[in-house]
Amino acid sequence: MSHTPLTAFPLRPARVHEVCGPAAPAFAACAAAGRPGPVLWLREAWLPETLNPLGLLPFLDPAGVLLARPANQIDGLAVAEEALKDGSVALVVLEITRPLDLREGRRLQLAAGAGRSTGLCLIPERMGSTAAETRWRAMPLFDPAREDSTLMRWEIIKNKSGTIGAWNVYWDAQAHRLDLVPPAGK
Amino acid sequence: MFTGTHRRIVSIWFPRLASDRVLRARPVDGPFALSQRQGTAKTILCLNAAAERAGLHRGMRMADARSFCPDLVSAPARPDLDARFLASLRRWTERYCPWVGLEGADGLVLDVTGATHLWGGAGPMLADMRARFAQARIEVCLGLAATRGAAWALAHFGGTEEDLLTLPVAALRLAPDAVTGLQRLGLRRIGDLAASPRAPLARRFGPDLLTRLDQALGHSPEPVTPETEPPHFATRMTLPDPIGLESDVMAGLTRLLVALCAKLAAHHAGARRLVLTLRRVDQASQQVELRLAAPMRDPARIAPLFARGLTEVDAGFGIDQLRLEATQVEPLAPAQIGPAQSTGPDRLADLITRIGTRIGLDNILRFLPADSHIPERAFLIAPAAFSTAQGAFHAPRPRPLRLFAPEPIAAPGPALVAATPPRHFRWRAMPLTTARATGPERITPEWWLSDDGWRHGLRDYWRIETAQGRRLWLFFTPQNPGWFVQGEFA
Repeated sequence: MSHTPLTAFPLRPARVHEVCGPAAPAFAACAAAGRPGPVLWLREAWLPETLNPLGLLPFLDPAGVLLARPANQIDGLAVAEEALKDGSVALVVLEITRPLDLREGRRLQLAAGAGRSTGLCLIPERMGSTAAETRWRAMPLFDPAREDSTLMRWEIIKNKSGTIGAWNVYWDAQAHRLDLVPPAGK
Repeated sequence: MFTGTHRRIVSIWFPRLASDRVLRARPVDGPFALSQRQGTAKTILCLNAAAERAGLHRGMRMADARSFCPDLVSAPARPDLDARFLASLRRWTERYCPWVGLEGADGLVLDVTGATHLWGGAGPMLADMRARFAQARIEVCLGLAATRGAAWALAHFGGTEEDLLTLPVAALRLAPDAVTGLQRLGLRRIGDLAASPRAPLARRFGPDLLTRLDQALGHSPEPVTPETEPPHFATRMTLPDPIGLESDVMAGLTRLLVALCAKLAAHHAGARRLVLTLRRVDQASQQVELRLAAPMRDPARIAPLFARGLTEVDAGFGIDQLRLEATQVEPLAPAQIGPAQSTGPDRLADLITRIGTRIGLDNILRFLPADSHIPERAFLIAPAAFSTAQGAFHAPRPRPLRLFAPEPIAAPGPALVAATPPRHFRWRAMPLTTARATGPERITPEWWLSDDGWRHGLRDYWRIETAQGRRLWLFFTPQNPGWFVQGEFA
């Protein structure tokens, strides 16, 4: 486990990134925190779970979150491409349900480059696209030291321009920033 | 009151408005009547001159009328269409003067003071009106006088302004029983009434009679209220040759938008929904609808938003008419523009519109706070285009990032009926071990709202941090013992 500071976070701008794992929504909330503009969160209409704005509260103001409910993934990708190309939203979060092929992934990257905006795909495990700039795996960890903690293990498992690594982090809701935790026992 | 200039009022009465309206569209040579249902019987509402000559009259039963006149042509009455017809006649009559009001359900009143000289005097003006209504096959009776009441009397009972006093008392717009009462007293003409002492008349018939008399003779004022037309936000363009290229349609649309937006700006309004109707040379027409996320009237911003809708249009053999209408309009005050202008909200509204053309404007949502302790009701989800972000969210205790429908957990033995969280349990086929439990937080159902999800009664919520890492939001229902997972924390 590396003790180096987080290298690829905050996410590289004007690119599309991917995150998988059980703590992927928390990763997206951390990525959205502190951005100046609104956040567009795309989630297909038929998915049963709902995003809870009160749960987002420690990370960002829920009033700045726009929720879009496309009927299927084709619509979702079209909306994400439109929003990335437009550049008026700070972050586009797209929850995908089937693997992206190379063309779809590449189109998202081109749109992000054209609009200078950042995209983040929440993917199920092993559904990554080759075109992604970075791919992360976010797992929640039990924190024996703190109550109400958001301790997570973030692994970067793909990085197009840098090295991979893993960090234990938690979100400090008071200071409103991400804190690195040195791994215990080392 | 008016001094200096003599007031001139024209009253127009359409004695056969309803039947003229139908006969204009479908002429009938013989007798014709419009029927209306009164109680269980059908009676005549309006009829043409030929039917009147055959002995029919208004209010007659249709069955009787048919036996009098077997070749009677009839149609059902449409009072709503009659009212629209009268409104369009009123708009047309504004060619004579700008001050035109409605007089009952079958007449118009025009204040032509100061406008008659444009027609070479009052006589030629009335002659022009008669000629034009005759050409339109609408029967009309005109009255010109110094007061509204006198003009009405002359329109309905004929004559000139000088012999107003010789007209029957019914010309004063009185209720039928008042007319009967006056005739019983021997007061048959307006002149008789004007010469009688006023106090006994007021005692006998109420103040209305004398008011009407004074209004007709000009002793008390009576205004003419001009109707205002609501502004109509539509423009159209007819082309000499059909067009088919997308860029050509876009160029035509841009011209229409400039005209429409100028009109919107003049009325301090912004379009919320626009409909572009493209008529093809084969008379088929196609519509492109655009719902905007915010009211706007900037042609340069609206035109690109139509781009997606236009790609789906089939031009066929070509399009020769474009019509653009703002079907939904909202007030939009002029905004201060300056060098340091921020375009953030505008760009976002444009983006919402563009996304809305793809997935529907109702599918782009925002969170609004709500006043409830029930987790599912502590926030509202509303369409972003029709709501503004307001109020502050408030969570006294940590809340999960994701909520889902309660899922029962599996645990060995009696652990599921105890009020303390189970040590080991299975959720979504994962074996989990409780490492830290925070709680309970008791939430009682809102009894004033019926909710099937809360029929198990009150809930004790626990935040369970498992040794495996997942942080879950469990609740226990003491009234119906059982453990459920409802959310997952960040």
